[in-house]
Amino acid sequence: MDFDLTEEQRILRKTVRDFSEKEIGPVAAELDKGESFSYEIVEKMADLGIMGMPCGEEYGGGGTDYLSYIIAVEELARVDASSAITMCAHTSLGIMPIYYYGTEEQKKEWLPKLTSGKVLASFGLTEPDAGSDAGATKTSAKFDHGVWIINGSKCFITNAGTKISGIITITAVTGKREDGRKEIECILVPKGTEGYEVGSSYEKMGWRWSDTRALYFTDCRVPEENLLGKKGHGLRQMLEILDGGRLSVGAMGLGGAQGAFEMALKYAKERFQFGKPLSSFQVNAFKLSDMLTEIEMARLMLYKASWLKDRKRPFIREAAMGKLVCSETMGRVVDQALQLHGGYGYMKEYPIERFYRDQKVLDIAEGTSEIQRIVISRTLGC
Amino acid sequence: MNVVVCVKQVPDTESVIKVKPDGSDIITDDLKYVMNPYDEYGVEEALQIKEKFGGSVTILCMGPSRVVETIRTGLAMGADKAIHLDDPALEGGDAFATAKALAEALKGIEYDLVLCGKQAVDDDLSQTGQTLAELLGFPHASLIQKLEIADDNKSATVHCQVEGGLAVLDVSLPAVLTTQKGLNEPRYASLPGIMKAKKKPLDTKDLAALGLSADSVGCAGSKTIITKMTPPPERAAGKVIEGEGPQETVPKLVQLLREEAKVI
Repeated sequence: MDFDLTEEQRILRKTVRDFSEKEIGPVAAELDKGESFSYEIVEKMADLGIMGMPCGEEYGGGGTDYLSYIIAVEELARVDASSAITMCAHTSLGIMPIYYYGTEEQKKEWLPKLTSGKVLASFGLTEPDAGSDAGATKTSAKFDHGVWIINGSKCFITNAGTKISGIITITAVTGKREDGRKEIECILVPKGTEGYEVGSSYEKMGWRWSDTRALYFTDCRVPEENLLGKKGHGLRQMLEILDGGRLSVGAMGLGGAQGAFEMALKYAKERFQFGKPLSSFQVNAFKLSDMLTEIEMARLMLYKASWLKDRKRPFIREAAMGKLVCSETMGRVVDQALQLHGGYGYMKEYPIERFYRDQKVLDIAEGTSEIQRIVISRTLGC
Repeated sequence: MNVVVCVKQVPDTESVIKVKPDGSDIITDDLKYVMNPYDEYGVEEALQIKEKFGGSVTILCMGPSRVVETIRTGLAMGADKAIHLDDPALEGGDAFATAKALAEALKGIEYDLVLCGKQAVDDDLSQTGQTLAELLGFPHASLIQKLEIADDNKSATVHCQVEGGLAVLDVSLPAVLTTQKGLNEPRYASLPGIMKAKKKPLDTKDLAALGLSADSVGCAGSKTIITKMTPPPERAAGKVIEGEGPQETVPKLVQLLREEAKVI
């Protein structure tokens, strides 16, 4: 077994860590408060070259393995969840579907713009009545004289409503399969297409400066060639995209937990009560030990899942486990970290308050914790 | 302009440093290492010079195999090539022994300028750059905060931090300059830079390749010897002077400063 990261991965971690601390850390609280999308941070992340890491260099991507990308997401999330979700939704949900399944024309048209970070991409699956139950998708795409006519709506979509949002891959029902179930395809819809309307921004508990919208499609027409890849592959594409996406949401939990732990440790050593630092009370020392132990376990799980993906080995179960353990670990860690901060932790003055809010969605997005358990249990034949 | 930047790998500035029980050295088992922060200014300045005048940037670094990561960080930032001095005999050297090895490594290389961080944050000696300049026979200026290279690349104007002010010096090139905070804002190693770094030339040299004898470098060739390391004494708790207003507290403070602290 080799637990060492490569030299490139170690340098990458350091560079993204320094970048996050210096460029994002000082403005994170203000952006969270103001709830307005930061084009400046996106531009800086693009300059760093991290807006399309696992995409091939021939399309302007970073050409890295998936683990390197996971490490970058982890380091962003250690400082600011909104930055991390903006970067990783763009990458694993926006870019990767086109990179993995797109036709050569689709790749050439979109990937260079997306990997340069000049244009943002998103993925639209969730609907008002179809969340965990993706089979309940109602948005339809009817094929008529060489065009897809799309009708329906999507909700909770990241990166679709910014000034630089350019393309979305949506899932839509295109007909019935032979077994009577819905046939679902992925279709590319450029922003600005007639009949594609972007709703106003949601007010959110966390991930507050990231862009989240409802989308409406009314007789929205896109040409036949906007079908992502081959016909009949939509459902499989969607499931595979979600597997990869789970790893990056897992990385957000891992990085967020690490950040919260570091804040708790620092505070516990600095804060004196009864004449001693909080960390010298065994009840707190044990809490901190448990937090770090859990984080280390979660990291091993997530890295193993990424390692499997990089080796093109089956990783569905491990991806679900990684996402589950990382988000729930962060849940326990932020809870204890805030507790260690006492009353100050409840105040916005300390970043742990933001981390506490930013955690909750990790139990929900990219498949709820319950769905992860379903995915795992299905591999057990349950 | 061909610029050589001397770079040292040092323990991460956030590391908790512990001294070995016998006082011979610090405990290095759990240390994380980074590029000396003052050397980052050197790398950045060299890259800016290259962007303005063309030429190349070479990283020169001495140390065991672990320092390759620091060298690659410099290459990932944009340097073109690197020389790595790696030999057990080079270890444990003071500023003089280190400068001697660096000077030897610079023989046979074409360069117009050598940049070093003003000091390394591990031993804080702040002598290697100056010693290197003496051994090479070139002028030097230390703690530079601004550097302007003349258009003919034959001289430069530097702003140096001096006690209570700023010295503006003209130096002929080649020269050795030591870099200080305020000179520039070092760039991040970008992802494309990191991916390219592995393919850039890295020339590893041992003692034989340098043509130096083992007794002239490293610990054996040093002018100073570390006899013992001790952690700094723990700071005692402060004293709170009680009293009603300055009329009462100031005389007490003066008395304590005179009799206890003996500073006035």
